[in-house]
Amino acid sequence: MTTATTTAASSMSYAVRDSTTMLRRNLRHMQRYPSLTIMLVGQPILLLLLFVYIFGGTLGNGLGPGGAGGRAEYVGYVTPAILLITITSAILGTAISVATDMTEGIIARFRTMAISRASMLTGHVLGTIIQTAFALAVVLGVALLIGFSPTADVGEWLALVGVLLLVTLALTWFAVALGLKAKSVETASNTPMVFTLLPFVGSGFVPAESMPAWLRWFAEYQPFTPIIETIRGLLLGTGIGDSGFLTVGWCVLITAIGYFWAKSLFQKERDR
Amino acid sequence: MTNAAIPAISATGLRKSYGDKVVLAGIDLNVPAGTVFSLLGPNGAGKTTTVNILSTLIGPDAGTASVAGHDLATDPDGIRSAIGLTGQFSAVDSLLTGEENLFLMADLNHLPRRAGRRRAAELLERFDLTDAAKLVPSTFSGGMRRKLDLAMTLVGDPKVIFLDEPTTGLDPRSRRTMWDIIRDLVASGVTIFLTTQYLEEADQLADRIAVLDEGRLVAQGTPDELKRRVPGGHLRLRFPDAVSVQRAGVALRLSTSDEHNDDENLALRVPTDGTVTALREVLDRLDAESVAVDSLTVHTPDLDDVFLSLTGHRTGATKELVR
Repeated sequence: MTTATTTAASSMSYAVRDSTTMLRRNLRHMQRYPSLTIMLVGQPILLLLLFVYIFGGTLGNGLGPGGAGGRAEYVGYVTPAILLITITSAILGTAISVATDMTEGIIARFRTMAISRASMLTGHVLGTIIQTAFALAVVLGVALLIGFSPTADVGEWLALVGVLLLVTLALTWFAVALGLKAKSVETASNTPMVFTLLPFVGSGFVPAESMPAWLRWFAEYQPFTPIIETIRGLLLGTGIGDSGFLTVGWCVLITAIGYFWAKSLFQKERDR
Repeated sequence: MTNAAIPAISATGLRKSYGDKVVLAGIDLNVPAGTVFSLLGPNGAGKTTTVNILSTLIGPDAGTASVAGHDLATDPDGIRSAIGLTGQFSAVDSLLTGEENLFLMADLNHLPRRAGRRRAAELLERFDLTDAAKLVPSTFSGGMRRKLDLAMTLVGDPKVIFLDEPTTGLDPRSRRTMWDIIRDLVASGVTIFLTTQYLEEADQLADRIAVLDEGRLVAQGTPDELKRRVPGGHLRLRFPDAVSVQRAGVALRLSTSDEHNDDENLALRVPTDGTVTALREVLDRLDAESVAVDSLTVHTPDLDDVFLSLTGHRTGATKELVR
C-alpha cells in the first residue's frame, strides 16, 4: 500500500533499490558461506564425470541406430542434461537460504520496515540467477575440457543463454515457494531434490524410446524433456522442432505458479 | 510541545486468538508521545502479540489502532516508516559483520550512501561496538548482540520504538547498559513501548505501566500508583521449629493457606504495608505469645506480589525464565 504522497514511480524505484540491497545481502552470504556454493557446483560436475567416464562408454554405444560412438558421443548427449541439473542443484541453495531467513529474527525486522514487500524474495531470485550463471559456466568449461564439442553458432549460443535464463527463473521462483512452505531448513533442503531426479526420467541420460512403454509416456510429456531437447538441439545444431515452444510454455507456467504461490505464502502471517 | 496531546500509540479493543486459544481478549492502550510505556506481564500474557500487532507484523482479529498518527488498517506502511522494533529474538543477520548489518539497514531506510555510512559509524561509536564493526555476530556476547540489534533499529531514526523484553537473558551489567541506552533515547524525544517481565525494569524506565494477564489489562497507572495498589510487599519470618510456625500463624491471625506458609523453610510470609507501625504490631503480637523468631526480612513488592494482588494468582515467571 502506498501513501498519498508516494507516487507509483517512486515506489517502483524503491522496489528496485530494495531488491538490489537484498541481492547484495545474498551475494555477501554466498561469499561468507562458500561451502554451499561449492557443493552446489560440485554435484553436477561429479555427475558429469561419473556418467561420462563410468557409464559413458557403454551408453554411448547404445545411442542411435548402429551407434558405436562410445564415450565421445555420450559427452555430447549428456552435457545438456548436466546443464539442467546444474540449475536444479543451484535452486536447492535458494530453498535453503529462503527457509533459513524465515526461521531467523531478521525477517520480523524486514517486515516492520517500509520496504518493498517482495524485495526479500526478488533478492533471492536475482542472487540465484547470478550464482547459477557462474555454475553453468564452470560446468560447461569442465564439459569442454573432457571432450564436449558443441557446434552452435552465435545465434544458437544467444538462444541457449535465453533458454537457460528462463529455466533458471522458473525453477528459482518455484524453489522460493518451496523454501517458504518448508517448516524447517531440513525440509527445504530435501523437497527440491525431485527436480534433480526428473532429468533421469526423461531424455536426459538415455533416449526415452529405450524405456518401457508406461515410463516412456511420462518421460515424453514431462516438462524437462522438451527443455533438455532444446538445450541439446541448440548446442549440437540438431534442430529443436516444437521443443522450443514447449520449453517457453512450461517455463512461463512454472514461473507463474512459483511466483504467485511464493507471494501468497510470504503474505501469510507467521504464527509463532 | 504540541505533540504531547497526540498519542504516539492508541489502541481500542485489540483481540487476537490462535484457534481456540485467546491471546488478547480486547485491550485498550494510550501512550502519549515522548513517554515510556511499559507492558508488564509473565510469559504467555500476550505482550509479544501486542507488540507484533502494533508493529504491523500480524493483524488483529478485532479492534483498531494507530501508531505515530497512522492507522493500522489503512496505512501500515506509514507506521513502518515511523517505528523501530527490537524483538525478543535476535534480529541481526548472522552472516554479515556488525558494520554490514548497519549498512544494510541504512540502505533499506533509503539513506544516501554517505549519510548511511556516517550513521553507521555514529551508532557503532555510541554503542561502544567499534571493535566489533568487522566481526560477525556469532562472535558477540549476548549484550553486544542486543546492542547491535538496537543500533540497527535506530538507523532509520524511528519516532516510536518497540522493545520486546530488551533485557531478558542479559547479565546484570549488560542490563544496566541497556537501561542507560533506553534513558538516552527517551531524552532525545522518542516514544518507547517496552515489554518486560520485571517490575524493577518497568519501575526504573516507565512513565506508565500496564499489567497484562492472560490477554487482559488488569491494571494501569504510574509506577507509584501501581505500587500503592499492591499492599506494600511482605515480611518473611523464620522460626526455629514447626511448632513456632504454627503458633505464630495463630498469633498473627493468618489463614492456613499455602499463600503464607513456607513449611519447608520454617518460614511465614506476612503481608504488610511496609510502615514501622505495622512491623511493630507484628513483633508485639509474637512477643505477647512468646513465639521465638530466628530472623526477619522485609520484601518490597515484586512482579509476583503485583500479580498476586491484582489477579489472585502467581505468575509462574520464575519457573519459565530459564527458557
